[in-house]
Amino acid sequence: MRAVVTVIGKDMVGILAKVSTTCAEANANVIEVTQSVLQDFFAMVMLIDIEKMNKDLTELTKALEENAPGMTIHVMHEDIFNSMHRI
Amino acid sequence: MLNITDIIETITMIQDEHLDIRTVTMGISLIDCFDSDAKRSCEKIYEKIARSAENLVPVAEQIEKKYGIPIINKRIAVTPIAMAVGASGGDAVQFAKTLERAAGAVGVNFIGGYSALVQKGFAPGDLELIKSIPEALDITDHICASVNVGSTKAGINMDAVKIMGNVIRQTSERTSERDCIGSTKLVVFCNAPDDNPFMAGAFHGVGEPDCVINVGVSGPGAVRSAVSKAPKDASLQEVAEIIKKTAFKVTRMGQMVGTEASELLNIPFGIVDLSLAPTPAVGDSVAYILEEIGLEGTGGCGTTATLAMLNDAVKKGGVMASSSVGGLSGAFIPVSEDAGMIASANSGTLSIEKLEAMTAVCSVGLDMVIVPGDTTAEVISALIADEAAIGMVNSKTTAVRLIPAIGKDVGDSLEFGGLMGGGPVMKISKVSPSVFISRGGKIPAPIQSLKN
Repeated sequence: MRAVVTVIGKDMVGILAKVSTTCAEANANVIEVTQSVLQDFFAMVMLIDIEKMNKDLTELTKALEENAPGMTIHVMHEDIFNSMHRI
Repeated sequence: MLNITDIIETITMIQDEHLDIRTVTMGISLIDCFDSDAKRSCEKIYEKIARSAENLVPVAEQIEKKYGIPIINKRIAVTPIAMAVGASGGDAVQFAKTLERAAGAVGVNFIGGYSALVQKGFAPGDLELIKSIPEALDITDHICASVNVGSTKAGINMDAVKIMGNVIRQTSERTSERDCIGSTKLVVFCNAPDDNPFMAGAFHGVGEPDCVINVGVSGPGAVRSAVSKAPKDASLQEVAEIIKKTAFKVTRMGQMVGTEASELLNIPFGIVDLSLAPTPAVGDSVAYILEEIGLEGTGGCGTTATLAMLNDAVKKGGVMASSSVGGLSGAFIPVSEDAGMIASANSGTLSIEKLEAMTAVCSVGLDMVIVPGDTTAEVISALIADEAAIGMVNSKTTAVRLIPAIGKDVGDSLEFGGLMGGGPVMKISKVSPSVFISRGGKIPAPIQSLKN
């Protein structure tokens, strides 16, 4: 089972570090990261393995929001993207 | 790896374009609850709903969290209660009270099925239930009532049509202190579907399994946004293609949620209803899609053609996305629940006559239309007959959900709040159809009914 974490907001030092630390604390393994900064605008999409996670997705979202304040964060099971965009 | 553009698209659809699952509706058969003793029937009905739907709300909330998709309503549809009334006799309102109590126990937003199917005539229980509707909708908050008065196979039961004109007026009168909210929970159908997840017309048809999960999606905002990205000189085929693709994605989401809910609840998955259900939220409007395609205002010339194209494209896109499609499946045009429709009705661009033409090509009918408080029961009945005739002849579902605004006239408005929205009182013809309505009897089934 994998989930997609998206983080969008104003760029600052350490966003990736904070997000990945929070994932590590939840025992979620990071599989893939794509990140870009366009005109001070930070956008990151992270694929994580949630099989052995010690939190549920809502708790993880909450922890991420606390650790990276000011960013718009979504954590969603990957199946929603697969079902909407793949035939 | 997932495509980033796809991920961002999905998140934008949910966050900015109001994409959501409008409802996960559990259909529950009550046939095994009917008893010759009304009190016993009520006990069994309460017990079965409380048991079957115990986990509906928690499971829906779990899915919301897992996928990050809002599921706005959790609902229940039951076997038409007129059958329970027929089995036991006695006061129909006690069944409404029982359903209301059950709705509270399982925490759902609505229970549909305070219904009677009388297209060919009245069976035991039907008339008692129909006459109890004004009181039932007054004393409850979560019950939805529907009456099917016609079908392509059976024709139109004009005795029932006549009664329904009165019932709608009485329901409004009883709830006139609360902006006539009772009538927002009452719909009169022709060709009512058995597996509709949407209110107020949901009921669990007798051909349905014991328990079933049906899903209704939303998504007008997502369609409108997709259409808005196309250049203004894109041809209508291209626009139809864009609508199809968006409808596909929206429906796939509904299919996924339905399948997951059905697995978690261990109840068979029924259907996805492809209809794009609007909400009063700005941006989540079917009328705005029509305007995005190229109309200055909804209700002007060209509206019917645009809506026909939209309705067809939504079906074509949706049908491939789901393993089983059902319910109403098309474009909804409820006036008070759609910001664009409200705006058009306010500006006078949209009239009831144009809405009636639109219902010939969309999925439902005259939905959430507010008429002056002095509209007579005969006029309401005649409007129901007109709508039912469109459904009967064209072999499609049509419905009427009319709200007579008691004590108000054109220029006033009603506010229902929530998903029901609110809107202006619309002008309606007052020319009397009373001789036609008082004739009673039936409009015979059309020649189209002879398909065998």
